[in-house]
Amino acid sequence: MITRLRETCRRLLDQNKVQVVIGYGQRRPGAAAHPVFITRPEDVGQLTWGGNCFANLTVYLKRKEVKALGKAALVVKGCDERALVVLEKEAQVERGDLYVIGMACDGVHAPKCSACVVRTPRFADELIGEAGSAPGAASPAAPDLLDVLMAKPAAERWAFWKSEFSRCVKCYACRQVCPLCYCERCIVDKNRPVTIDTSASLKGNFAWHITRAFHLAARCVGCGECTRACPAGIPVGLLNRSLADTAKGNFGYAAGMDPAAEPVFGAWSSSDKEDFIR
Amino acid sequence: MSEAFEPKIVAYVCNWCTYLGADLAGTNRLEYPPNVRVLRLPCTGRIDFNLIVKAFEAGADAVLVSGCHPADCHYTSGNYHARRRWIVFRRLLETLGFEMERIHFTWISAAEGKKWQQVVTEITEKTRRLGPYTAYRDLCEAHQ
Repeated sequence: MITRLRETCRRLLDQNKVQVVIGYGQRRPGAAAHPVFITRPEDVGQLTWGGNCFANLTVYLKRKEVKALGKAALVVKGCDERALVVLEKEAQVERGDLYVIGMACDGVHAPKCSACVVRTPRFADELIGEAGSAPGAASPAAPDLLDVLMAKPAAERWAFWKSEFSRCVKCYACRQVCPLCYCERCIVDKNRPVTIDTSASLKGNFAWHITRAFHLAARCVGCGECTRACPAGIPVGLLNRSLADTAKGNFGYAAGMDPAAEPVFGAWSSSDKEDFIR
Repeated sequence: MSEAFEPKIVAYVCNWCTYLGADLAGTNRLEYPPNVRVLRLPCTGRIDFNLIVKAFEAGADAVLVSGCHPADCHYTSGNYHARRRWIVFRRLLETLGFEMERIHFTWISAAEGKKWQQVVTEITEKTRRLGPYTAYRDLCEAHQ
């Protein structure tokens, strides 16, 4: 697969179909793959592929310095491609301005992979590799953290998050690594008025994580990068997953699955069901 | 703690229905507890979830969000958008372990002064029984 990937990228660069390839590279064996931005055909040897390609590279599409490089070819896994679908739906990327190289994926040793439903990218311009094993086949028996949490009484959930958020240092890695957190100016950086206390205190941390989770509600594709990026080890992605469950349960919507589906908050229905409004 | 606990309730109401409903309660001389602080916004669709968070940060013991009945929105669909948002936002609060009995949603029309009186009375009584909401206030005080 790596050879085919490199050949494809060399061809794209040689023929000037794209000016940059955003893919995975590997400096040290055993380390997580890092993003590489290949602009010269002779550099395609830096590209790699394998079970350590955790990162969701769609995040770089929002960066001005990447946009400035010209038309990009982007290496995606099936799960990353879901973010691309949302970005396109939200008019953040023009599909024609992008060449998508889809990698059939057998999982990247991340917890999310056990529940994967999109091992093969569905909308790629070029698909590399064979479809992986059956979805969820390698599901481990570990209990799901969200289920465990939701089974607890409210006071214990509150204590759990209080303890987790007390470690947050407000580095905003969860925001930077998120392909769907693309606001040019984030609400937390606006100071007139101050909506979210910027200090890394419990008050500010709760306000931040509530806001982050809700701004991604029914948009998050569950790539899990926020949890992976968190230097304090806070499972921030749990909140997103919880909201994704609600979006699915109440509105039958799974972000990034169906390009034609109306986004939950971009639409409304007079028949929405709830049981809490008097 | 010699003084009896008086709950502070923040009510975010829409300009076109609930605010007028509360106004009607007033012109009809309907009595309701003075514990509620009414904040008027153009539409329930404008009620950002951060406003609810802010109310608790500022020391509210309960929050009420109220607007036009479905199909009655001045802007046609603001309350439908709001309803979707609340369905998802409530799930976020539940996941966080928030005390859900402290957040209330109602539809109150401009003609329902009586309902406004009932809702405010009930919420005040309920919150009085629950006692002060300290969980969020503790977060804010831990900071100082």
